[in-house]
Parts: sequence; C-alpha cells; structure tokens
Amino acid sequence: MTIEVRIPTILRTYTGGAKSVEGKGDTLAELLGDLDSRHQGLRDRLVDEAGLRRFVNVYLNDEDVRFLGGLETPVTDGDTVTVLPAVAGGSR
Amino acid sequence: MLTISSVLYEKIVAHARADHPDEACGVIAGPAGSDRPERFIPMLNAERSPTFYRFDSLEQLRVWREMDDRDEEPVVIYHSHTATEAYPSRTDVSYASEPGAHYVLVSTREPDRTEFRSFRIVDGEVSEEEVRITGDDAPGEDHAATE
Repeated sequence: MTIEVRIPTILRTYTGGAKSVEGKGDTLAELLGDLDSRHQGLRDRLVDEAGLRRFVNVYLNDEDVRFLGGLETPVTDGDTVTVLPAVAGGSR
Repeated sequence: MLTISSVLYEKIVAHARADHPDEACGVIAGPAGSDRPERFIPMLNAERSPTFYRFDSLEQLRVWREMDDRDEEPVVIYHSHTATEAYPSRTDVSYASEPGAHYVLVSTREPDRTEFRSFRIVDGEVSEEEVRITGDDAPGEDHAATE
C-alpha cells in the first residue's frame, strides 16, 4: 500500500530534497504519521492541535481535503496527495 | 532586482485596477531557474475582500500542476493593497512561502497614481528590491518604475 505525496519546494528540507515521497495509511492522519517516521518534522509543518494548518493546502488527487474529511479523509493505494503552500495575505 | 517587461507590468496594474476595491492577486510564471517572468496568470481572490486575498485552492492546484508540467515556477507573486501602501503586511509575511519568488505589491489607493514595488520575503525577513521595466518596443532601453 503506497501513496505518493508531492512536496513543495519549501518543505523539501524534510525530504532530503525529494519532490515526492511515498507513505502508507488508511487516513490522511495515518499517512502523515507514517511520513513523519522517516521525515521527522514534516507533519508539524502541516498540522497543529486544531488540524491542518491554514498556511498549507493538502489535496487528495484533485480535491482539497478541507472539502473532504480533513485529516480523517480515507486514502488508498494509488492515491496522490499534493501539498502546496497557501498563497494568501492582505493589507491587515 | 526584478526585471519585468512593460507589457506584464501593465497587465498587473490593469488587474489591480479592475478588481479595486477588492484585492487582486496572481502569478507570473517563468522557466524554472531563469528568474524571468513570462506567463501572466491572473488568479481569483477566493476572499473577494478589500483587506485580504487567498488563491482559490483548486485553481492553485491546477495552475501549479501546469507550471510543473511546463518546467516553470512562480517567478512573481503579486497582489494589490487597495487602501494602504504597497508594502508587505504582517499577514503577507506570515504566508510568504516562496523564497525564490518576487513578491510584487501594487497599491491602488490613489485613482491616478499606482505604486508598484517588489520584495523578497525569506524566513519572515522583508527586503525591497529595485524594479527594472524593460520596453518591448525599444530593446535595451529601460524605463524607471513609475511610482
């Protein structure tokens, strides 16, 4: 059971420069836990106590996981998870 | 230093003016590693707000994949401030996550005068840089950034 996880430039310090890594799990939370066992610190950049950090977007295939089940979103063999930094800001 | 063609410069300003008083945002993609802004990609402001912007997450995924397929990267990430100066706010800095990008800020607070400034934002540190606008009709001839 492997799921491809695509990593943005800014987080590749956690993956030894790799653009994508592989992991396993039944949910996004389990997948991130599995990744963190080999890429320590990566999970903390993506989640905090409240769930997914607002600074990142996480996609399962073509969908934003915020519109699916968040960290409880089921994942399965062959899925692709993409992480992108949210692009946002404002005058305040 | 940001070097940008007058055509792309005018496109950014026109987008900012068109969406005023809401903030406008977008990307100029260029070949990876080239530092050359070439392909203008106006983005939706999912917040449709005069004080905040956020790329629509699904549009962003589509655009980022397209850049990846074309071996491009976001050379410029721009947005407008519609009532304040063209300088990165604390919110802008906290979200800035492309250390290789030129963060362009446009202010439309005055109707007949547009501020256009460019910054690097790395590890929370803001540094302003010179903007060099190149004229397409007169190769080699530069125009000073209008403020």
